[in-house]
Amino acid sequence: MPTIIDKKSFVDEITRYRDMDLDNLINGFTPIDIERVLSKKNLSEIDYLALLSPAAEPHLEKTARSAKKITVQNFGNVVSLYTPLYLSDFCINQCLYCGFNVSNSLIRKKLTLDEVEREAQSIAETGLKHILILTGESRKHSPVSYIKDCVTILHKYFTSISIEIYPLDEDEYTELIAAGVDGVTIYQEVYNPEIYSRVHISGPKSNYNYRLETPDRASRAGIRTINIGALLGLDKFYSEAFFTGIHAAYLQKTYPEIEVSISIPRLQPHLGDFTEIYSIDDKKLVQYMLAIRLFLPRVGIALSTRESAVLRDNLINLGVTKISAGSTTVVGGHTSEEKRTAQFEISDNRSVTQMKKLLLKKGYQPVLKDWQTVCEI
Amino acid sequence: MKPLIIDNKEISNRLFIGTGKFSSKNIIPDVINSSGIQVITVALRRVDFDADDENILKHVPKHCILMPNTSGARNADEAVRIARLARATGCGNWIKIEVINDNKYLLPDNAETIKATRVLVEDGFVVLPYMSPDLMAARKLVEAGAAAIMPLGSPIGTNRGLKTKELVRILIEEIKLPIIVDAGIGKPSEAAEAMEMGASAVLVNTAIATASDPVKMAEAFSQAVKAGRTAFISGMPETSLTAGASSPLTGFLR
Repeated sequence: MPTIIDKKSFVDEITRYRDMDLDNLINGFTPIDIERVLSKKNLSEIDYLALLSPAAEPHLEKTARSAKKITVQNFGNVVSLYTPLYLSDFCINQCLYCGFNVSNSLIRKKLTLDEVEREAQSIAETGLKHILILTGESRKHSPVSYIKDCVTILHKYFTSISIEIYPLDEDEYTELIAAGVDGVTIYQEVYNPEIYSRVHISGPKSNYNYRLETPDRASRAGIRTINIGALLGLDKFYSEAFFTGIHAAYLQKTYPEIEVSISIPRLQPHLGDFTEIYSIDDKKLVQYMLAIRLFLPRVGIALSTRESAVLRDNLINLGVTKISAGSTTVVGGHTSEEKRTAQFEISDNRSVTQMKKLLLKKGYQPVLKDWQTVCEI
Repeated sequence: MKPLIIDNKEISNRLFIGTGKFSSKNIIPDVINSSGIQVITVALRRVDFDADDENILKHVPKHCILMPNTSGARNADEAVRIARLARATGCGNWIKIEVINDNKYLLPDNAETIKATRVLVEDGFVVLPYMSPDLMAARKLVEAGAAAIMPLGSPIGTNRGLKTKELVRILIEEIKLPIIVDAGIGKPSEAAEAMEMGASAVLVNTAIATASDPVKMAEAFSQAVKAGRTAFISGMPETSLTAGASSPLTGFLR
């Protein structure tokens, strides 16, 4: 582990970009700029922005060919599978776009440890070895000690455990890593600070900088993998895509021992009435994915079941390295038939077996195990 | 042709292959059998001991020499743990040490690799360390008891060929252990080039696994490795940039 001399974080780094006039820059690229970028080996941040611009749209097919080539070269003909496990939907945040929003009235639930074990058994039967556990933000209902207890149980069934929970302090990450957590997923949701304040009305999540620094804290604590992302639709696609890419590049550079991935979630319908959404069509989503791949050849790209089966099938060829399967966004959803509120609607209900078949058909080896947390033996 | 001997095992096919990037595990036996591959490396991180059809080890024919690798290890300690787990789960006592803490270039950490080699050799493993071709580091690996040295030709997955050629040449000249060029070999001609220089073997993964026809590509690599080896033992003539009279400097002595 490298010694951290000063605790600088992405909060400092991002200030370098705040004065950039992205709206103006994005329309200034020409077809020649795009041709030049596509012929380069190492892309700069401005090259990345160029690929997100309207000028790059007519070049999507050519970009896609490069993206596929780079992905296969770096990751092989291989896609990893994982599934989310929702532990608790208690939440004290008021995030306008989320079904678990504190002001939405729903009957909340937190899994007992017995229920966690049953969910784990049910998921393990599918053969999956990688699990992503999720909670809402409530230190009262799902404190770190509860997460740790759950991790101890899950460790019996899975070789890799990632958490997508509220942001923690560095020493809390150290504690969970010792318990067997090896990955942290944390979405900034929206990198634009004004919009961030507008959609995160109350609760601890309204602290923009604390959330932005989360990957730094987890990395310093010794995590193996970090997955970041912007919830696409909360601001203009190119600026959110740009900042996500800059964030990933910063993490790769600052913590070279960490495997960095990006998720590309689009806002989905949910309980509540937030509708102030920038529409991101499939074409823009693809443009974003391809631009990431060319800018950051070694970064993982994760695709969740927020997207439809048809779209996911097509995106697999373009640079995806991790894909969820057999997903449910409901607490207890892997074992219970009970009708409960979901965090968001999922659009692809296919099982692990179905996804494996599909990947093989498309010429990709489905990988159910790609890490093994090894304790002292 | 004399076989390569490591750990008293005779290896007549000097093409070693990796298994991590194939589009399906089912193709691995065909690749191995059609080219008579003997040494296979498998990442322990990918081995699912609980599953039957998912377990990659089930796809490796019994006659092969299994060389599990510590892919994913970020320091010596993690590499040692992975190696011990590999042995404890019946993968034998060969271990290819990979210690990488740079996820952008996937270049190995020689210092941590030397540390892990020391510990694992003492522990009775046959250690084959993957390394950046540096003579001093290679000497330390020899001292530590490595069974072979595996310098990279180019960063993993790049298919860029023998970019480290001059450094690998120095290892071949100075190090008594077998030198196995690992990573970066993108074409059969590059594998032949490494063998012509006197490398003892080459390890290829990406270039075979991501070819349109991996079985045929493995055959091509296997033939190239054989040709390169034959050339080496036949005594390659030195190359010269200019045509020259036979003895322009000392002709007067005749």
